[in-house]
Amino acid sequence: MPREVVDIPCQVDYLSILDEDGQVIDADLEPDIPDGRLLQLHRTMLLARRFDERMLQLQRQGRIGTFAPVRGQEAAQLGIVAALRDSDWMVPSFREQAASLWRGQSLESFLLVYGGFYQGNELPGNELPEGTRNLPVAVPVGTQPLHAVGLSYAIKYRGQDDVVVTFFGDGATSEGDFHEAMNFAGVFQTPTIFVCQNNQWAISVPRSRQTNSETLAQKALAYGFPGRQVDGNDILAVYVAAEEAAERARSGDGPTMIECVTYRLSMHTTADDPSRYREEEEVEEWRRREPLPRFQAYLKQRDLLSDSDIEETEEEIQGEIQDAIDRAEERMEKLANEELSMFDHMYAEMPPYLREQRDELARELAGQEGNDA
Amino acid sequence: MPKMTMVDALNTALHQEMEQDDSVIVLGEDVAVDGGVFRVTEGLLDAFGEQRVIDTPLAEAGIVGTSIGMAIYGLRPVCEIQFSGFSYLAFHQLESHAARMRWRSRGAYTVPMVLRTPYSGGVRALEHHSESREAYWAHTPGLKMVIPSTPRNARALLISAIRDPDPVIFYEPKAVYRAFREEVPEEEETWPIGKAQVVREGEQLTMISYGAMMRPTLEAADKLAQEDGVEVEVIDVLTIAPLDHETFSESAKKTGRVLIVHEAPRSFGPGAEIVARLVENSFWYLEAPIRRVTGYDVVIPLFAYEKAYLPSADRILRAARETLETPA
Ligand SMILES: Cc1ncc(C[n+]2csc(CCOP(=O)(O)OP(=O)(O)O)c2C)c(N)n1
Ligand SMILES: [Mg+2]
Repeated sequence: MPREVVDIPCQVDYLSILDEDGQVIDADLEPDIPDGRLLQLHRTMLLARRFDERMLQLQRQGRIGTFAPVRGQEAAQLGIVAALRDSDWMVPSFREQAASLWRGQSLESFLLVYGGFYQGNELPGNELPEGTRNLPVAVPVGTQPLHAVGLSYAIKYRGQDDVVVTFFGDGATSEGDFHEAMNFAGVFQTPTIFVCQNNQWAISVPRSRQTNSETLAQKALAYGFPGRQVDGNDILAVYVAAEEAAERARSGDGPTMIECVTYRLSMHTTADDPSRYREEEEVEEWRRREPLPRFQAYLKQRDLLSDSDIEETEEEIQGEIQDAIDRAEERMEKLANEELSMFDHMYAEMPPYLREQRDELARELAGQEGNDA
Repeated sequence: MPKMTMVDALNTALHQEMEQDDSVIVLGEDVAVDGGVFRVTEGLLDAFGEQRVIDTPLAEAGIVGTSIGMAIYGLRPVCEIQFSGFSYLAFHQLESHAARMRWRSRGAYTVPMVLRTPYSGGVRALEHHSESREAYWAHTPGLKMVIPSTPRNARALLISAIRDPDPVIFYEPKAVYRAFREEVPEEEETWPIGKAQVVREGEQLTMISYGAMMRPTLEAADKLAQEDGVEVEVIDVLTIAPLDHETFSESAKKTGRVLIVHEAPRSFGPGAEIVARLVENSFWYLEAPIRRVTGYDVVIPLFAYEKAYLPSADRILRAARETLETPA
């Protein structure tokens, strides 16, 4: 037999449960999520959406700096984290506002960080409350999945049954670190869930220019574990995929990759102008499939949500956001003169030379005041 | 002479070099259709086509490693790393291969590539978008490390870097990108790599700086002249490696007093090497301890405290006065 076909498992399925109008396509697939939790998810989705819009305004007014809007990807994030336990870990990239809100991060902490104050990462709600385990934002693309593999190896080593979810984009799948993470997870059979938010763009580069592969999910097959695609704008489908992956991971069957097929409806970051590289028609097309109205239609159909409920929630949310902005701006004003904190948290113990530099900065700041007077 | 921003000047250099040498290839993330996130490569795709102006997949090691191969073949790749804070994902390609290919192949294979990348703080950016780590590359034998400070020298140095037979890391001070315009001659200009420039002459103090810190340094020099009647000499390093210590020593021998300014962290920063060279070459002429005004040895803070971190004209001025007041 000089030449024969090697029979390898080579299959990627695509899962979708809600159609574009929020109708259940296949009732057998519909997950059994308690009503209260569905409504909580809806509230968080709405909160993430309105907060995103408000942050964009604040950025345009110069009240905060650059950030990456989440608009359009709320279901792809919430469906995943809704299937986790509090004791599971989340290893995000930099666009996971919706997932982070669900996992307990406060609005205020986002505002502080994007307002230029690292103290946002110290606020209650973003420290690590008992049982909640979120790593901070990772800006270098594709570098953080390896940390998820390390965390999940440690979990396995300690005999725990927690799982680790890591989020990353379509662009991230081009980075070497991503492939090393996938390979390690496959070899070590770690309880890791790789969640690719395929939002079709990496700044100006379309998904088709990142890889010649038909899907991103199929990358997992090369590393010896399942990869699947889901309609990332369908929160139920995302939830089901995450639940299955978590179940696999918890029972010792190793990693899974989930490619959430979704779309970045907004700009890459507030510094970006998408009209330079993509057509409005494409955006329009995806707007029809966007996650929020679909989820709302589903909830309405199940009589869990009415228009007046939505209105009420909207109002509540506006108040919550405004309160957070007021608190954050007050806090930023107070923190404005705490420049010396830049020396904090460099090491467990501040080395003497660093202490000297801190004293030097203190003198500089005092000197400046002297000059102003 | 047209007045240009540094972005325009770099763009002009790329257009001119690509025009006259078809071995020059531009590659990187978002460099083609988008024209680069800072628009330095704007218009190149239209002018030279997608074989020469390449939007790559999102992979820094890929960009640099591929550039090395192209360069070995004889092309002149000018790759862009979107922010210098992401160049570390290509660290091994630079340290292990770009810097050593000439040495390893005993001169048979060379890597005449340029890695362009924005560095520097002061633009209200996210984490990893503001740091200055030129010392990594300057510390790597086999690499050259260039940092322009104005539109005119940026154009001249980029052309020289592209023509250089060795790998050049080219740090672009993003705080200067659109900060001011300068006249840039139509006709081609180059500037020798490895040569510092005396940009202001004086007798009492030598101030040495580069990149985005040239502006506060020159501002401090102006103030010293106006308020104290002191004329200081200002040197723009321009090439961090190989370092032109002769220009520094010559000046130090004349003034006897030296102040070094950079925004990179102080410890093991370029200033440390400059001090060492000065001590080696002009020790007996020095009349006061050499001082450094630099970034602190911390992660550059998010933008709320960036101003306190970055050397300012005032901070430089105070240090200059102290150096001038030290009795010989
Ligand atoms: C290692 C690295 N290279 C480049 C960048 C600049 N950058 C930030 S986001 C981005 C595109 C990311 O695309 P993708 O992974 O699809 O995530 P998305 O932004 O679409 O959420 C780039 C190039 C970066 N942050 N890190
Ligand atoms: Mg993307």
